[in-house]
Amino acid sequence: MAIKTQPVTVNLGPQHPSTHGVFRLRVMFDGEEIVDVEPIFGYLHRGSEKLAEERTYTQIITLTDRMDYVSSMLNNQAYMLAVEKLAGIEPTPRGVWLRMIASELQRIASHLVATGFLLQDLGALGTPLIYAMRERENILDLFEMLCGARITTSYLRPGGVFMDAPKEFWPALDRELVDIVNTLDELEKYLSGNEIVFSRTKGTAVLPPEMLINASITGPMLRASGVDWDLRHRNPYDYYDRIQFKRILHTASDNYARYWVRIQEARESVVIIRQCVEQIEPGEVRPSFDEVPHLIRPPKGDAYVAIESSKGELGFYLVSDGGIAPYRMHVRAPSLINLTLLREMLIGGLFGDLFVSFGSIDLNMGEVDR
Amino acid sequence: MIGLGLTRGFLVTLRNFVRSPVTIQYPDRHVGLFGAAKEAGMNPFRFLVGRPGDSIKAIAGLATVPVKLEQSPRFRGNEFVFFEDRCTACASCAKYCPLGIIEIVSVPGKIDALEGESYKLEVFDIDIGRCMFCGLCVEACPYDALHMGTGFEQSTYVRDELILTLDVLNAAEKKPSSFYRPQFEENAFDPFAETIENHYDAGRHERPSDEDMKKRWVDERWTNDD
Ligand code: SF4
Ligand code: SF4
Repeated sequence: MAIKTQPVTVNLGPQHPSTHGVFRLRVMFDGEEIVDVEPIFGYLHRGSEKLAEERTYTQIITLTDRMDYVSSMLNNQAYMLAVEKLAGIEPTPRGVWLRMIASELQRIASHLVATGFLLQDLGALGTPLIYAMRERENILDLFEMLCGARITTSYLRPGGVFMDAPKEFWPALDRELVDIVNTLDELEKYLSGNEIVFSRTKGTAVLPPEMLINASITGPMLRASGVDWDLRHRNPYDYYDRIQFKRILHTASDNYARYWVRIQEARESVVIIRQCVEQIEPGEVRPSFDEVPHLIRPPKGDAYVAIESSKGELGFYLVSDGGIAPYRMHVRAPSLINLTLLREMLIGGLFGDLFVSFGSIDLNMGEVDR
Repeated sequence: MIGLGLTRGFLVTLRNFVRSPVTIQYPDRHVGLFGAAKEAGMNPFRFLVGRPGDSIKAIAGLATVPVKLEQSPRFRGNEFVFFEDRCTACASCAKYCPLGIIEIVSVPGKIDALEGESYKLEVFDIDIGRCMFCGLCVEACPYDALHMGTGFEQSTYVRDELILTLDVLNAAEKKPSSFYRPQFEENAFDPFAETIENHYDAGRHERPSDEDMKKRWVDERWTNDD
């Protein structure tokens, strides 16, 4: 005899440890099953795009740090590429290599956070999260050496970076790359063969690739469904065309595939950094102030540049009216767009999988609301 | 096989269980008798005899010593180091700040035969309660008068105390960070051990000699103007 149940509406968030920020979900359950989901966001809206309209192009870099605060270097990079395209600035080679190293380190850090929190949501209380965060701390130490800050980096400037890496950075980077691989090995040993992880993540929240493409979802979520779409390879920006790296693909498109793609991508980032370190040459890290002054006034026009951020395609659209501040700035935030399939992911699933599926999107509320 | 993955996972946990921790105790670290004696600069036996009260505390696990954090010299801390003698009141820093939280009021100051005319600062306030320590003001300062500091323990009970006035800035310890100051990095200046006493040492150029200054500002000046 089937037990008769009554649908119950539960409000999760906005203050909930598993929502990765201030995010609210109104979920209707029928027994264990999710029948309806309504995401409500905007609690972290700080109006970055509007604030940018009255700040100079260099000052905006501080706003981009705070959008996706677990991958600020990548935000810096996307924004600076847009400014360079808008103003026609030719970056210096050493500056480009340095920012590629920084952004790949940031990608590893971001994937470690995503993996750690995903496992936390799975019920592995603390332990794997702490393993991942421990390694991320070391990466943040490297950022502290580079730019003096750990999260709000503001490292990039139009045409390069503001300062060359200090001498002690390079040996520390070498040590760190070895450590990262060890940590990833450890995480994989711990989890990739783990029956609990398997049974909880395999086959849950499966999304067909067509649906992902139609919803213009990008990043590890898309690659976990077997679609080969990585802007570093498809539309190389900076010097990614001089770098050989494997594209990580999985075909299952379930929660496990997303987790697996992130771990393997972090490994590939180590390979990319090693190639960057080999190819980097001494030189200036930013154009002289005669070429690119503190206050740049790009000509009238607009520019859109997208990069492969840790979450997906992160794009900056800038419109200039010839003044010292952009007329309009718009951000294509991958976290927000990856959220569009939340209903399809969750409805029909079980209560226990709710936060696992949610965590596998790798959201950052700072980026969703901006 | 069922259980194999779990066993492997637990082996990783076990290895980490015996690993020394990466976290540190902050701001104070608990020490035993040996640690307390080392902190006092005595050998443990002497410490036990000479300071029995402290020894009992240490044995009971109540003694603490302050912990120094590992920071990079480029660290952008929650404070500023300011050399008034270097500042020309050009207000580049105030213009460059994304938040506009630096207030500068200046008046024409003395006219020095050697150094030319100068402006005197009347007000130089940084409201660090609103500051995000981005360092753009430091980057903008053309005369190396303003530097980021390396300290970060700046909490107060009153919001108004977070406004750094000229007096506060002048009285503060001069431990500038090497953020955007390559000259400190070249000299291997360590902000956690040394301070900069003389404002001449903070600049990116050698100080010109008095003769050079006189040549530049007194002799050549009048000939150039003709
Ligand atoms: S650190 Fe940044 S926010 Fe603070 S005073 Fe300087 S420019 Fe302004
Ligand atoms: S601190 Fe530097 S930028 Fe600010 S007024 Fe003084 S000299 Fe100018």
